[in-house]
Amino acid sequence: MSDPIIELKDTKLHYKIGNAVSAMMGLSTTVKAVDGVSFSLRKGESVGLLGESGCGKTSMGRILVRLEEITGGSARFEGDEIGDLKGSDLQRFRSRSQMIFQNPFDAVNPRYSIRKTLEEPLANAKISRSTWHQRIIDALDLVGLGDPEQFLERYPHQLSGGQLQRVVMARALILEPDFVVADEPVSMLDVSVRAGVLNVFRDVRDRLGLTAIYISHDLALVRYVCERTIVMYLGKIMEDGPTEDIVHDPLHPYSQALVAAVPTPHVDQSHDPLPIGGGAPDPRNPPSGCVFRDRCPRAQLRCADEVPQPRRIGTRLVACHFASV
Amino acid sequence: MDAPLLSVKDVSIAYKVGALDIVAVSNARFDVPQGSIVGLVGESGCGKTTMARALTRVIADNARIKAGQMQFAGQDIVSLSEKDMNSLRWRDIAFIPQSAMNSLDPVYRVEYQIVEVLRDRGGLSKSAARKRAVELFEMVGIDPGRLRDFPHQFSGGMRQRAAIALALALEPKLVVADEPVTALDVIIQRQILDQLRSLQRELGLSVIMVTHDISVVAYICDRTVVMYAGKVVEDCDTATLLNEPLHPYTMGLKNAFPDLHSAGTGILTPIAGSPPDLANPPPGCRFAARCPFATDQCRVEEPMLTEDAPGHFVACHRAVEAAALREEAKQPGTWGTAA
Repeated sequence: MSDPIIELKDTKLHYKIGNAVSAMMGLSTTVKAVDGVSFSLRKGESVGLLGESGCGKTSMGRILVRLEEITGGSARFEGDEIGDLKGSDLQRFRSRSQMIFQNPFDAVNPRYSIRKTLEEPLANAKISRSTWHQRIIDALDLVGLGDPEQFLERYPHQLSGGQLQRVVMARALILEPDFVVADEPVSMLDVSVRAGVLNVFRDVRDRLGLTAIYISHDLALVRYVCERTIVMYLGKIMEDGPTEDIVHDPLHPYSQALVAAVPTPHVDQSHDPLPIGGGAPDPRNPPSGCVFRDRCPRAQLRCADEVPQPRRIGTRLVACHFASV
Repeated sequence: MDAPLLSVKDVSIAYKVGALDIVAVSNARFDVPQGSIVGLVGESGCGKTTMARALTRVIADNARIKAGQMQFAGQDIVSLSEKDMNSLRWRDIAFIPQSAMNSLDPVYRVEYQIVEVLRDRGGLSKSAARKRAVELFEMVGIDPGRLRDFPHQFSGGMRQRAAIALALALEPKLVVADEPVTALDVIIQRQILDQLRSLQRELGLSVIMVTHDISVVAYICDRTVVMYAGKVVEDCDTATLLNEPLHPYTMGLKNAFPDLHSAGTGILTPIAGSPPDLANPPPGCRFAARCPFATDQCRVEEPMLTEDAPGHFVACHRAVEAAALREEAKQPGTWGTAA
């Protein structure tokens, strides 16, 4: 097996919240957005980061493209600690790892034409100006915007959401990165155009052999794009394994609830009550032991005392004292 | 069969934008049977939210109901005086917005807001209103101890539950819910849908559920109305809509939607192109430019909404060939490449 391109070991991202006054009053506190996460990605692998809002999946993605600096543990890209990269190494890293954002209309400058939007990364990476035009055309072509010339002088508001998200993808791909983080790239798009953007994402990834992280709260979408899924809850990994296995036979009680909660486009679907209630607890004050225990139907005393460490069960890693096949 | 609770007939709603009249809803027609949940589905800009809001007559300043009737329990909502309409709101027709933050005032405690509605609209005394507020919170599954909280102290799911409690406060006959679960996480989403459904059954409510999500429709709606570019294109019971759609747009939507419990992941097929500009709608069928089955007739002559089978309405010239078109629609090649 090849060396991992991405390697996380006990990675932490803790935010301090509150101000000087609240600190004096003893109210200042820490939010553990990412709390002791370990996993690695091989070159060409696609992983879905799945979880509800506030589970740390977006923070995780931002760490990997160095939009956030970790506060503990280690996060490496091809063996180098991402947070230690400097100068030309950092510059190289910036062009090799890219992010695709959720809302394309927020991700571009409305006053830049599509040409200028795509020129910016080329200028930043000091690419020879004579090649720009061809690279822009190639990138637009790659994301399925046929007849690319017609888009160059247009502005973001003149494009549909689906077209603009393709431009955002083209911008992420124009420097030929090795690694891409896509953060809910289709959640703002209409259903009829979503499929097109997802297909382009899959297609480009396979053609370029990209390593990819796909962040989503929607297991059906993750399943469409990624062969492997990592389920997160309150900053921790609950389950990590092949997507099909998680969809058909989730092992962690949280994954089980997530799978059961997803409605399907069929009338004859289960309407059984969910095995869990409530919403995620306040991240400033998570439960002791297993962070999921206060919603877990299988929780025992042990779950309050002892943080479950990920265990290998068959094809998967599961962080639960009681999970079994 | 009983008369429907609500009968929307040929309603057109236009927005005035500069010198332009943009018709967001055009000749909409559908019924809401007594005690049922009806889904109003379509993509952004299809007119579903405008249509839903028009039922409470709370629409934008530049919007106007230009034509049609909305028969609700023997009265026409369109022609009611503002005073009569006002007495209908909350008491007979209640609204649940997409973002519950928008229906709760951030500077007042939640209890005050519910009590206010009960006293002002329901004529309850202060103490009776407080008692009712506790009942309502219990009904939607929030600890009544949280009544004294401000809206920002609630989680997204709790706010949505509070908005449902507020909507149900005066036991309306019809609840219009605009994407009530879209902003919520999947587990909370499911809990809210389950709650809404059990309340609907318990209280014998009728619900109009505006959504873009076919899975939500499949999960909860008895009937479904599909809108496209301001028009109702198909309207029937949800099972038939999903299993034997007559309109090519409905067929296309199904192909574009991922299904978690399918055997394999297959290939999702987008519908190429985008909806027409409503400031300048094309002649003929509005879906023709994106429809793989469009003929010359479709491009010039607008299809009318007709009852193809009992209770199954569709606006498509080729509806009689639907069985064959459904087979063709399943082939990804049919839908061309997306722009």
